[in-house]
Amino acid sequence: MLYREAGQFKTTYAADSALFPILQDKIGIVLILLAAFILVPLTASDFAIDSILTPILIFSLAAIGLNLLTGYTGLLSLGTGGFMGVGAYACYKLATFFPGINIVVLVIFSGFFAAAAGIIFGLPSLRIKGFYLSVATLASQFFLSWCFIRVPWLYNYNVSASIEVPTRTLFGIPITGPTATPATRYIVVLAIVSIMTWLASNLIRGRIGRTWMAVRDMDIAAELIGIKLYQTKLLAFAVSSFYCGVAGAMLVFLWLGNAESESFNINQSFLILFMVIIGGLGSLLGSFLGAALIWGLPIVLRTVPGFFNLSIKAATIEHITFMTLGALIILFLIAEPNGLARLWQIGKQKLRVWPFPY
Amino acid sequence: MHLLYQIFIDPFVQMGTAPDLFVQTLWEGLVTGVLYSLIALGFVLIFKASGVFNFAQGIMVVFAALALVGFYEHGVPAYLALGLTIVLMLILAVAVERLILRPLVNQPEIILFMATFGLTYFLIGFGELIFGGDPKVMISGALGLPSGSYQIKTLGGFVQMQKIDIAAAIIASLMVASLGVFFQKTRIGRALRAVADSHRAALSVGISLEQIWVIVWFAAGIVALATGIMWGARSNVSFALEIIALKALPVLILGGFTSIPGAIVGGIIIGLGEKIGEFYWGPLFGSGIEDWLAYVIALVFLLFRPQGLFGERIIERI
Repeated sequence: MLYREAGQFKTTYAADSALFPILQDKIGIVLILLAAFILVPLTASDFAIDSILTPILIFSLAAIGLNLLTGYTGLLSLGTGGFMGVGAYACYKLATFFPGINIVVLVIFSGFFAAAAGIIFGLPSLRIKGFYLSVATLASQFFLSWCFIRVPWLYNYNVSASIEVPTRTLFGIPITGPTATPATRYIVVLAIVSIMTWLASNLIRGRIGRTWMAVRDMDIAAELIGIKLYQTKLLAFAVSSFYCGVAGAMLVFLWLGNAESESFNINQSFLILFMVIIGGLGSLLGSFLGAALIWGLPIVLRTVPGFFNLSIKAATIEHITFMTLGALIILFLIAEPNGLARLWQIGKQKLRVWPFPY
Repeated sequence: MHLLYQIFIDPFVQMGTAPDLFVQTLWEGLVTGVLYSLIALGFVLIFKASGVFNFAQGIMVVFAALALVGFYEHGVPAYLALGLTIVLMLILAVAVERLILRPLVNQPEIILFMATFGLTYFLIGFGELIFGGDPKVMISGALGLPSGSYQIKTLGGFVQMQKIDIAAAIIASLMVASLGVFFQKTRIGRALRAVADSHRAALSVGISLEQIWVIVWFAAGIVALATGIMWGARSNVSFALEIIALKALPVLILGGFTSIPGAIVGGIIIGLGEKIGEFYWGPLFGSGIEDWLAYVIALVFLLFRPQGLFGERIIERI
């Protein structure tokens, strides 16, 4: 109903395999990006930016990371929180050792440390499959969590055992630390997330992504057509952990400002997994939708009683939030097991052929 | 060199010089292992019959224990409270089958796994809403469970055994034995095994899958209740207990997802390994290696047997 792609004929393969082959999609994405980069920082309140938009973007990136591994390569991982932690602590150590290098470079670079950790903990993936592998990835989660507490070198022997973010600037404007405004941090996060999403979408449309999907669909068959299983799986672990690591570094440096090992515990891993599954396995858009839903839902649930002037104890609200979240997860799974991304697809198709459904 | 000595020689010297401490550690490990096995048993029951990796098992343990204590606090006599809790677990089993399993039949495993996550969240919220979030004391006295401890004089020292631990070990073995008899001898047990072998074949000979699922979730609920009472008697009942569910996962991969003997042997190996590792090698690395040692032990076994010690051999074809 909104638009139709009729009359847009492709004359080259390059045009046909473009990221957004339809003109209206191209315009749409440019408009969304313009709004996100210019309109939001100008109009939205600090609360909206700092407690809704920035975390959603950061968690989306982590969800994309997990989606590359679980949704595209079919390897269920419960160690996301640990890999995010590796990114965060690596970034902290790098910022300590190399105060002269720009912080954005360090945030990206810390992803490589997470990738290395991912490769190490991905080593069992050739022999172990399915749920056995997911429990094996829990090993990485617990081991890394333990390291974040027991290796004081990681947090520079701080008494509080937490990492605190120093103030760093980009083009003379502080982007990390207590003096940075939420809007500047939001723009930096948005830029990194946009670029990395673009890279990921190209990665999964190309040869590497296709080998991943072949392994996901049936690994023995993939091996028979000449895909090197071990390299493919390890690459998936590496790229996935890279994304999670960058997300973790951003979580601490561009959002929280300080963090303890608690921020990267098992619950964080589960949260990201929720986002991926509710959003849709094997969909980049789904990662964003899932992150928005899982992060936004508790905020909405917390504000709803305020509208009706109900005075409920904070603890009770917390319990009801838990219950509702659990019930909604089950409901979503029953309604659409392929996630929000599929719902979006169905809706789009319905609109496209409207008013004639066939 | 000194490090190598500390890793490979010193712990064994300690074991030799203080055998009573070693026996004490073994005992502790054994009891913890038995409790891990009980949780793993709940997982295995459900996984075998419905192919669902039930993440909510840990929460069911806490939920059952909280309900028991909650009923008692409202003035219900202890044994009646026990009965009421069993009824509650039956209601939970029916509700899970009706509201979660039936609409999600034939979905991929990971979707069902996620649904049990939803159930976990729901039960946490529900349990805290009704019974409150504060830690509670298990009513082991009112249930007639023994307290206190025996001291046995052996090997030039004392070995202390909590009576509740001995009771736990006995109850756990009784439970496993009765489950074994139930599976092997009764009509329902045979139906359960048929479903575990093949859903479709079981359906074709007239076994109702829905009924079996309710029964299996109910059985897992009762195992959860027993586990909850035992764990609760050793520490307090609170939602912090849910972490023990995560401890049961390495037991599962070690024993195999589909094997009841595997759950028991796995639990004992993990329990022993964990306690001995923590006691003798823990100080080397800074304590707290209990958290991940179980996973590492399981991982090492898994590298040699990817389907676990007793799991069914995984045959893959195109």
